[in-house]
Parts: sequence; structure tokens; C-alpha cells
Amino acid sequence: MSPKTLYDKIWDAHVAHEADDGTCLLYIDRHLVHEVTSPQAFEGLRMAGRKVRAPEKTIAVPDHNVPTTPDRVNGIENPESRIQVEALDKNAKDFGIHYYPVNDVRQGIVHIVGPEQGWTLPGMTVVCGDSHTATHGAFGALAHGIGTSEVEHVLATQTLIQKKSKNMKVEITGKLQPGVTAKDITLAVIGETGTAGGTGYVIEYCGEAIRDLSMEGRMTVCNMAIEGGARAGLIAPDETTFEYVKGRPHAPKGAQWEAAMDWWKTLYTDEGAHYDKVITLRGEDIAPVVTWGTSPEDVLPITASVPHPEDFEGGKVDAARRSIEYMGLEAGQKLSDVEIDTVFIGSCTNGRIEDLRAAAEILKGKKIKDGMRAMVVPGSGLVRAQAEEEGLADIFKEAGFEWRLAGCSMCLAMNPDQLQPGERCAATSNRNFEGRQGRGGRTHLLSPAMAAAAALTGRLTDVRELM
Amino acid sequence: MEKFEKVHGVAAPMPLINIDTDMIIPKVHLKTIKRSGLGVVLFDEMRYHDDGQENEEFVLNKPAYRQTEILVAGDNFGCGSSREHAPWAIKDFGIKVVISTSFADIFFNNCFKNGILPIVVEEEHHAILMDDAHKGENARMTVHLEDQKITTSDGVEIEFDIDPHRKHCLLNGLDDIGLTMEKDHHIDKFEDHANQARPWV
Repeated sequence: MSPKTLYDKIWDAHVAHEADDGTCLLYIDRHLVHEVTSPQAFEGLRMAGRKVRAPEKTIAVPDHNVPTTPDRVNGIENPESRIQVEALDKNAKDFGIHYYPVNDVRQGIVHIVGPEQGWTLPGMTVVCGDSHTATHGAFGALAHGIGTSEVEHVLATQTLIQKKSKNMKVEITGKLQPGVTAKDITLAVIGETGTAGGTGYVIEYCGEAIRDLSMEGRMTVCNMAIEGGARAGLIAPDETTFEYVKGRPHAPKGAQWEAAMDWWKTLYTDEGAHYDKVITLRGEDIAPVVTWGTSPEDVLPITASVPHPEDFEGGKVDAARRSIEYMGLEAGQKLSDVEIDTVFIGSCTNGRIEDLRAAAEILKGKKIKDGMRAMVVPGSGLVRAQAEEEGLADIFKEAGFEWRLAGCSMCLAMNPDQLQPGERCAATSNRNFEGRQGRGGRTHLLSPAMAAAAALTGRLTDVRELM
Repeated sequence: MEKFEKVHGVAAPMPLINIDTDMIIPKVHLKTIKRSGLGVVLFDEMRYHDDGQENEEFVLNKPAYRQTEILVAGDNFGCGSSREHAPWAIKDFGIKVVISTSFADIFFNNCFKNGILPIVVEEEHHAILMDDAHKGENARMTVHLEDQKITTSDGVEIEFDIDPHRKHCLLNGLDDIGLTMEKDHHIDKFEDHANQARPWV
């Protein structure tokens, strides 16, 4: 048998039907659902008189719209947001799917809840009407975002119509330097490939620096595979993965666990398997990075300066000019001189316990800059509870951060957490698009430790200076 | 779904690269539980000033491009979020074809589900089509799906590739779910096998 990549193996194990032209029906093991991209899909089912084919494999949680202030226990004020969340309540009930309502302690961002509850397991196919579904690839699961029509398709048939993507290997060799995190890896990779560099591919991340990451870090890396244009990102499961999964509420137990492990241990890329594209970065060469523009590929080490549009080629010249103007920056300006007024720590990229620990480590015993608006939005109610137990919440609050309830919050600003025009935010989220965090708002993407450093100094800051 | 055959209409130029789905439709408009009526907020933040007035500089607000049916856009169009509200808004505006040198994967898939034809062309052809789109309303492009051909206003013909299954579905206005449900027995068979092989799933 010819050697296979990890992606090949998972793909082959899920093809329910293949047509002559290579169009496949790919079976879906887990379907995650949230309130924004699902109402029209459920409506479609109702109109056609269809049922959810596998409600036991379908998990719903509201996250995009929900307020993160403590008063949300009294209900959602914004009528449109409330209607969407109520629609999800009703759809979950009517169609009999697993559900974590707003005020359940297990509620949180769908991509944090799935792994936390053991729904996401190695070798699975996982989809969700959300592009950051790539997150689950950290477990060696083939996971990607889909549109609402495809949400309806999966609800009705538990399959997706797919053609296979190409294989891409991204290897990060060696060790990371102090102050450099999974977020810096994933941004550095996008800086290297560009936001369209992964289009048509599934990426497998490998190499020593990836192996050394915790599951939290691996989720951060895979989360942003979509920002590089890839359909999905994958990391082969290993002891770190199995250790994380074991004992989670929906992870297999007993004999089932043993059987699962037998298969999971075969989920790696065979020696000599073919990759269509290979990128290699040296872990030692990756610095703490920030974005300067309005595309995640606009990334540079914190020690660099805002580039000149003329430094680029083709369509990127105009795009860079537009970005620099939108961001209110000057070409040649040092990134570490850029003053910020808002800090957001959270999101499916960096809203896990390890992210909060990394930020708290920098903030411990210190105060954020006067006038700074800073908030921590834990990725789930359980992350929040754990952070409180570990004393992290106190560190954040004493430093001057707002300590919020779980949700997507200011990553996409669908709830009341938004930037005002011209406000500038150091954000641990995943997109720095124009208006992403609020119309006219300006976003610099960075790691949780870097966000904490910026909160203290009031400007983009090299976290290594504070360590 | 409506059948897609041929489009003969105004093409608008949007040369900016990396036009993301937040630009196509900002999140404030994702709170709807319907698919219709989003055309008016297509490209909302570029199309309107803060006070809600139209930005005259924006291409789709110019008299020549108000009836645009074909969009010629810069590289990596539709990157970012999976929101299908983006193709819903494009469709509702009246745009039926988007042409670029590359598209983001999820947006590309979403187009086909909504009867929109996304066409990938080589850079050299893209430049010809972009020039043609800059000519305005008297210059109409034709996109012929059956023949897989774009014809510019001055008669230059450019061929394009499309996945045969997707072409078939667009031409016949076929609903994916209905087609897949015809293969139910394959899914049943797969489930039986998977339940044996991976009972923990």
C-alpha cells in the first residue's frame, strides 16, 4: 500500500460514496452549531419536512451574540441577538440535539466547548458553520468551516459533498525562544504563506516546536489555518493529545477507550508520503509578532517598523496603502511606538486557560496604563471557573481588566463589546479586517502575553522586555 | 434553485485584493434569521458613509454600475468568515457571477449553493476582464456556463474551468440535499460499517 498522509487516512476512513469524477460524500462525525449561521438551515429542514439525521452527533451552543457582562443572566437586551439565541434554544429542543444554553456553566465559544467536553476526538470529521472550526484539527481531526446551506446538508444527511484537497506540510523545527508562543508560530506561518497560500490545501503542522506545544497551543495554531486560506489544519495525535482527551465527559471509556487508542495510534503520516507543498520555519527564528495592517498576512516582528507600500508587489501595493491609512499609521514608524487604547484577551484563538495564565504571568502585581480599556473574556464558563480557582481572575481584576463571561465577544463584535471608530486594540483574536471589531476600529493581532504587555505600557510592546 | 444558463450584463471592477466577508457584509447584518433582503447592505462599510449616505466614490454607487450582474474582483476574494450572508447579499443585489484570480474556499463553495457562479481565471485574462469592467454600463460582458466562456464587450473570448458536478447542478438548478438523499443507502451502509469499526464516535 502506498504511504499516506494523516489527512489521507482520515479522509479515506470517512468516504461514504465516491462518484466517478471524484466527488465524495464525506461522513461527518461531529456537527457543531451556533446561533448565527444555523437559523436558516433549521428553517430549511422545517420547510422540507426533514429531520436531523444524527442528533446524537450534533452539538449546539450560543456564542457569537451573547453579551459577556454579568447582567446577561437577566436575558439579552438586543432584540435581534435575543431572537437568534431563542431560535437556537427552540431548534435544539425541537430537533433533539445536545445543547449548552447561555447560562449553563459549560457554555462558551463552540470551538472551546467541543474539545473541553470531549466531543472532539482524534481521527474524526468535525464541521461547524464557522470558519474557525479548523481549531479542532489540533486533535488530528479533519475539521473545517461550512456555510449555512452545508449546515442544512449535514443536518439532513450527516454528510458533505466534497472533493479532496491537496496536502501541505508546515514544519516548525527546533525550539521556540522565550516569549514566543503558538500564536506567534501561526501568525509567522501566515506571514510566510500569505492569506491565500493555503487555498486548496489541508495543512499538517509538524516538527519539534509543534510537538512541544500543549493542546491549547496546538488549537491556537490550527485555529488560524483558515487565515492562511487552508481548508483545515491538522496535528497528528500523540501522548499530549491522549492525555488531554482522557476522562472528558464525552470521551470513550474502558474497552472503548482501548479500541479508540488502537486506531488513534495509527493516525500519523507514513514515511515517504507525498506532500504537494512544504514550508519549513526554524522555531528559533520566530519572534513575538504583531500585525500592522488589515489582513492577517500583514505580520512583522514587534521589533520591526510599519512597511512602505512600495516594498510590496502587484495588488499588495494598493492594499498596503489602504491598510496603513485605515490603521492610522505611518510607513517607517516603529511598531513598538504604536499607542493603543483597548486590549482584548479572549476568542477561540486565545481564550483557553493556558492563554489566561500566560497573560496573568505578565500582569501579576501590576496595573494597566491609565485610561486603558482592557477585558478578558474566557472562552468558556469552565475556563472562567478554573481561572478563578487558580487566582488568575484576581490578577486580571487587580491589574484593571474587566473579567467577563464567556463568548466570542470583541473578536467579531456582534455583541455589545465593540470598538468605536478610530479606537486601537491589541487583540488576541484572529482577524484584523477593516471594521472587524467595530466600524472604524483598528486591530493589532498578537499573543496573550504580548496583549498583557501592551495593556501595561499603553503601546505595542516586546513582551521580552517585561520578562 | 433557479437554473443558471447565461448572464449578459454590466461587469463592475473591484481590483482590491483580499476582499473579506466582513467587507462584503459586516456582522451587524448577521443577526437576521432569513436569507433574503441583504442586497441593500452588500459592501455596507465601503458603500455608505457613517451617516448612512451613499459614498459616491464606491463603484456600485456609480450610475454606470448600479445594475451590476458580474463582479471582477482582486485576488483571494471572500476570505475570512464562513458566513453565507456574503453570497446571499451578493445574490440579492443582483450579482450572478464573480470573477477573480482566486477565491477563499468556503466562500467559493457557498456561491454554488446559491446559484452564483464564481470563476477563477489566470492573471493575464483577469487583467483583460478588469479593463473591460472599467468601461462602464455600455460595455456588457457575457458569461456562458454551458460553453464555459466569458465574452468581453469587444468580443474577446476567455474560457474557464468548472467542476463538472457543480456545472451540472447550476445548469439544472439542482438542490444538493435532494441529490444526496437519493444516496441514502450508501450513507446507511457507511454508518453500519463505521459503528462497527469506531463504536466510540
